[in-house]
Amino acid sequence: MTALEVRNLHKRYGHRVAVDDVSLTVEDGEIFGIIGPNGAGKTTTVECVAGLRTPDSGSISVLGLDPTTDRAEVRERLGVQLQESSFPDAITVSEALDLYGSFYRDPVDWRELMELLDLTEKRDTRYKALSGGQKQRLSIALALVGGPRVAILDELTTGLDPQARRDTWSLVERVRDTGVTIVLVTHFMDEAERLCDRIAVVSGGRVAAVDTPTGLVAQANAAQQVRFRVSQPLDRSVLTGLPEVTDVENTADRWRVTGRGQLLSSVAGALARAHVVAEDLRVDQRTLDDAFVALTGRPPGSADASARRAG
Amino acid sequence: MPALRKLVRVESRLFLRDSATVVFGVLFPTALLLGLGTIPTLREPTPETGGLRPIDVWAPTALVFGMVMIAVQHVPAVIATYRERGILRRLSTTPAHPRGVLLAQVIVAFASVVVSAALLVLAAWAVLGIAPPERPLEFVVAFVVGFAALLGLGLVSAAVVRTSSAANQVGTLLFVALMFFGGAFLPRVLMPDLLRAVGDVVPPGLQALTTAWSADAGALTATAGGQPFWLQMAIMAGIALVAGAVAAKLFRWE
Repeated sequence: MTALEVRNLHKRYGHRVAVDDVSLTVEDGEIFGIIGPNGAGKTTTVECVAGLRTPDSGSISVLGLDPTTDRAEVRERLGVQLQESSFPDAITVSEALDLYGSFYRDPVDWRELMELLDLTEKRDTRYKALSGGQKQRLSIALALVGGPRVAILDELTTGLDPQARRDTWSLVERVRDTGVTIVLVTHFMDEAERLCDRIAVVSGGRVAAVDTPTGLVAQANAAQQVRFRVSQPLDRSVLTGLPEVTDVENTADRWRVTGRGQLLSSVAGALARAHVVAEDLRVDQRTLDDAFVALTGRPPGSADASARRAG
Repeated sequence: MPALRKLVRVESRLFLRDSATVVFGVLFPTALLLGLGTIPTLREPTPETGGLRPIDVWAPTALVFGMVMIAVQHVPAVIATYRERGILRRLSTTPAHPRGVLLAQVIVAFASVVVSAALLVLAAWAVLGIAPPERPLEFVVAFVVGFAALLGLGLVSAAVVRTSSAANQVGTLLFVALMFFGGAFLPRVLMPDLLRAVGDVVPPGLQALTTAWSADAGALTATAGGQPFWLQMAIMAGIALVAGAVAAKLFRWE
């Protein structure tokens, strides 16, 4: 079952192209990440999905519905947590949940939602008096109060402290476990790596790659390094002969092996066969950050020059 | 329509939590009238006020104060804030149209101004001995149509301003201009005929409210040409409709 399908989405503001050509498919029940530099077209893409903007060309299907022509129905079934959106200062948590629930045909019990998102003890607190993390949790709760099948969470943890970010992540996993498909827009690599089943890397208004976090790292095929120390003599050819290895350096007993693919297991196997015990074995693990740089050509969090400010 | 009912309930609570608006829009007009009523000379009939007490002739101005305050200061400020802070944008991702929020605002504004007026009329009667409106039907018509015209201006302001601080500035300018013709700075009874004539077409229509409240006071503040009550009502209704249409045309949700 496909929760969301975007085909060749194109959107420009005047002469500036915000989204050039984006296609992606989100399956039911997954946490799907959209990552990319600022201005890569992430937010414009989800705004088109939410029916807030009309695509110039391409097609979007949310649970089989078109956000432009079936606007009302999409709003019933799609929960949205947006950047740059807010609530009245004086509204309390329970009032907001009760009110937003009343907009939907078949809302979930907002008291349970309040419990799920750890907001029960703040039920009578006004929005203005909530902490950043609590505001964000309320915003997520309000995106879920209509009982959506799919929820879009845009820049979920921007501006939160590290503890609040971690708390928010586990909440998102809890929400997914209730059966909601989640589309997560972020520019935090650790967030995407931790939460997402699959990730689309968007750059310059196009999808550079779609894969699992580990798949993306492998796809980027960035060089890795394995470092270790040996107390016995070791013949270089034991390592240089391995297909994964591209470079071997050593100074006395310290070795540094550079390569690609399954480098660690390959090196460990070769050492075992040579009856050499490696000490202080370390792997410079390639991360999603490295993959991101390899795929987009720029570090995470930097602005995308080709589509600046497109958001 | 349960969503609208809940919106009205929540917006009413938000209104009541906004103490500045409650004080200035709802309670202050009564306090102002009662405060002026403590001045002995305003409670003595004078020749300029045709044997009436100045406070009798001036009372409708206090009523206009609350109406103007809510229509051109409070409502545009709330709407501009909702737009500026993305509250309307957030609503537009739900099945509720942000239009519902505006409707709820208008309903709450009407309700609050009715309370403000009821309080004023009762206090004027009980404390200052100013009789309740002599022509209740015309008074209600003048009040509702006049407030609708004011609200139209407030909604145009809400539609064109970009930020809540701009809404406050425009609101203050409108407030001063409207309250001038509402008799807050120069009582209408002392205005020359030209200013009275202009004032007849400035919302909410002080003259129509005055004459419906007290025919004697109305006779004193009328223009030389007399008091064409229903013509003024038609003008106010026209302003309400035109301003409402302009506001709808110019309104931006984001």
